[in-house]
Amino acid sequence: MVTLAEYGEYETAWCPGCGNHSILKAMKQALVALKLEPHQVLFVSGIGQAAKAPHYLNANVFNGLHGRSLPVATGAKICNPELTVIAESGDGCSYGEGGNHFLAAIRRNPNITMVVHNNQVYGLTKGQASPTSETGFVTKNQPKGAFSEPFNPVEIAVAMNAGFVARGFSGRIDHLAGLIQEAIKHKGFSLLDVLQPCVSFNKVNTFGWYDQRCYNLPDDYDSSNRQEALIRAEEWGERIPVGVLYRNQRPVYEENFPFVMNGPAAKTKVDMRKVSGILDLYR
Amino acid sequence: MKQKSRNILVAGEAGQGLVTLSQILTKALVRAGYYLVVTQSYQSRIRGGHNSYALRVSDQEIIAPIETVDLLIALDQKSIDIHMGELAPSGLVVVDENISSKDHDRILRAPFSKLADNKFSNSVALGMVSALLGLKENETNETLRSFFDKHGADATEHNMVSCSAGFDWVMRRGVDFPKLAPPNLQKDRLTLNGNEATALGAIAAGMKFFCFYPMSPATSIATALAEHSAEIEIALEQAEDEISAINMAIGASFSGAPSMVATSGGGFALMTEAVSLSGMTETPVVIVVAQRPGPSTGLPTRTEQADLEFVLHGGHGEFPRAIFAPGNVEQAFHLTRSAFEVANRYNTPVFILTDQFLADSYRSVQCFDLASVNPIDPCANSSAETDPHLTYFLTESGVSPRSFPGMTTNCVRASSSQELVVADSDEHTQDGHLTEDFLIRISMVEKRLRKFQGIKSECVPPDYIGDSEPDLLFICWGSSRGSTIEAAEQLKTEATRVGVLHFSQVWPLVPETFVKKITSAKKTIAVESNATAQFARLIRRETGIEIGASILRYDGLPITPEYIVARI
Repeated sequence: MVTLAEYGEYETAWCPGCGNHSILKAMKQALVALKLEPHQVLFVSGIGQAAKAPHYLNANVFNGLHGRSLPVATGAKICNPELTVIAESGDGCSYGEGGNHFLAAIRRNPNITMVVHNNQVYGLTKGQASPTSETGFVTKNQPKGAFSEPFNPVEIAVAMNAGFVARGFSGRIDHLAGLIQEAIKHKGFSLLDVLQPCVSFNKVNTFGWYDQRCYNLPDDYDSSNRQEALIRAEEWGERIPVGVLYRNQRPVYEENFPFVMNGPAAKTKVDMRKVSGILDLYR
Repeated sequence: MKQKSRNILVAGEAGQGLVTLSQILTKALVRAGYYLVVTQSYQSRIRGGHNSYALRVSDQEIIAPIETVDLLIALDQKSIDIHMGELAPSGLVVVDENISSKDHDRILRAPFSKLADNKFSNSVALGMVSALLGLKENETNETLRSFFDKHGADATEHNMVSCSAGFDWVMRRGVDFPKLAPPNLQKDRLTLNGNEATALGAIAAGMKFFCFYPMSPATSIATALAEHSAEIEIALEQAEDEISAINMAIGASFSGAPSMVATSGGGFALMTEAVSLSGMTETPVVIVVAQRPGPSTGLPTRTEQADLEFVLHGGHGEFPRAIFAPGNVEQAFHLTRSAFEVANRYNTPVFILTDQFLADSYRSVQCFDLASVNPIDPCANSSAETDPHLTYFLTESGVSPRSFPGMTTNCVRASSSQELVVADSDEHTQDGHLTEDFLIRISMVEKRLRKFQGIKSECVPPDYIGDSEPDLLFICWGSSRGSTIEAAEQLKTEATRVGVLHFSQVWPLVPETFVKKITSAKKTIAVESNATAQFARLIRRETGIEIGASILRYDGLPITPEYIVARI
């Protein structure tokens, strides 16, 4: 039996009231509910306050570079498909610096889960606009307001036929824990974009702002309907849908290499007779 | 100088099939038992332009390309215009009689279109060259067959008939061209270029993951691996960019797979942040940098050795690394294997610094002795185990025992949460968690740098070739090896003693292994394919010794013995 205690309790560097705390809590609940033990799980994160999340639970961790969690997670998954691999980072890391990897990961479809703490602002670098900040969002670095159109990660993901696209809200921990479970269980690339307040730097998209607007997708919502998913993914403003927006089973990337399914690469040895046979081809 | 080799130049536009013709000829010559050095010269375009493929062949050992052409197979008029000046006095040009060309006693106009359908004119040319050099018709035809077999019986038959037609035409005409001396080599050899040797070295090392973004001249490593990856069980991925390629390789390595990436200067520029990540997280990765002339996009298909300082310093912060610089195809194979070993033993990035000339240069080599080559074992490095596992356990050597997520230090499946692997790009504690503690910072910096002593202790010393106590000492590294040695041989007289000091590992440098050699020579000259004598500067930085002079080439072409001798 896996218990919450096995995932531990750690002192964090996060502000009191930060949405990160709730996402961490939901993550631990989800892992326990899935009966995943800490050594079976690998967290890969980038840089930022959200990227510190894996340090605050007991599991395997690779905390790498800003924006680069998905390539590391993909490489790790290919070479040990037995691991449950979760890439976890913030909106700047995942959609700004890591934008190209985000698009490539959707196309590639490795069986990993991407959890994005999306507070629409850069926290660790003290309050600049992020790729998901709304146009006109005023910061010290964007005093006239952010000029660019915000990036809509869930809409892009649906448009690209991602395997699993969901949006959660850090204020609803149990619902979020359920979404994390669904995301991990999905075979292929899963995106879970989690709306969360930044109590220090985002005075617009506050807990109350999200809480008033977020509504759960209805029970009869058909997540296999791509047109419907695009409509819901575009819905933003007075009402914001949370839940599983889209599901679409696609071939899984690492199964492209049948041999990797035999077990971790660390344990497989190169057959020198085969190497010798390959050298013969150059005679 | 006595002519010990023939230099055959096949030249024409890209898309005319000169590479296929040249590759078949290359293989036929090696199979017949000759030594060979190939230089490929091509433009950054898919069709048109001017490309050439030089095959220097000999019954004696040759290790360098040369510039004088003995036999020019010109596929267009432009090739004659460009290369006529390089033709040796006894040289010969073979050209289709339809290509308008002034009659000239050194130009042999051949009736290609009368001998075979235009589609097969390159096979006619192959037959002609074979006859001119004195190869056996059936041997060339067998090589041709092995190339075209996969294209079906019809294609094979037409090509073989065309080849024979070309062969017979030369024989009937009795063209006066000096035949090659009969070979005395064993026929049981391999034909490989530098990139293929690098790919095979990685396979023999036990590489399990390779990732790349296409960039000349590194791409053919991926191409060679792609042919064998399924059989040998290597996961091979073309990434969205070089940043992804190296990060994926680091992720693969973190989960236990010996991993490699290959790129060239501009791609390496994108990788440098992750080079530093490899150094900090102590995740081994092998990085091939196949140099081409810069700055920026430079001359994309030409050669240069100007990224030494870049590779030496690429990546922010301080961490140990090793840089190998193969001087020939054999070294490309063995040093690639060594690169995996050093990376795996010291958990740090290791480089193979090669260049376009070596990458594309086919050579004839004795088959590698695999009995002496053991694949590396990523699971073997688990001495000084701790319980629970500490990714950055402080040891005297600086090397921490490795473990992989989901596994114990012995690579058995983990069964408890005591067996966790935590790595961080931030400064970290022994158990891998980020910290801002100043004392831990100091101990981690020192731990990482201690590994450098171990890397240094197994550094490949420079190779010395030549007279003992030379008057004139050449110092070179990487692919300029062959040309420098051959130039030294030419310069050697009874009165002048000449030697060559070749570095196949350019970092770290271990002064005790070479300083005496340099200080005892009367005159020292650095030979490098760059404009600022980067390696000479590195020697001065590490030893205080000033190399007296330098011979540098940076027009994009490889250094040749003639180039060196002309500048003495």
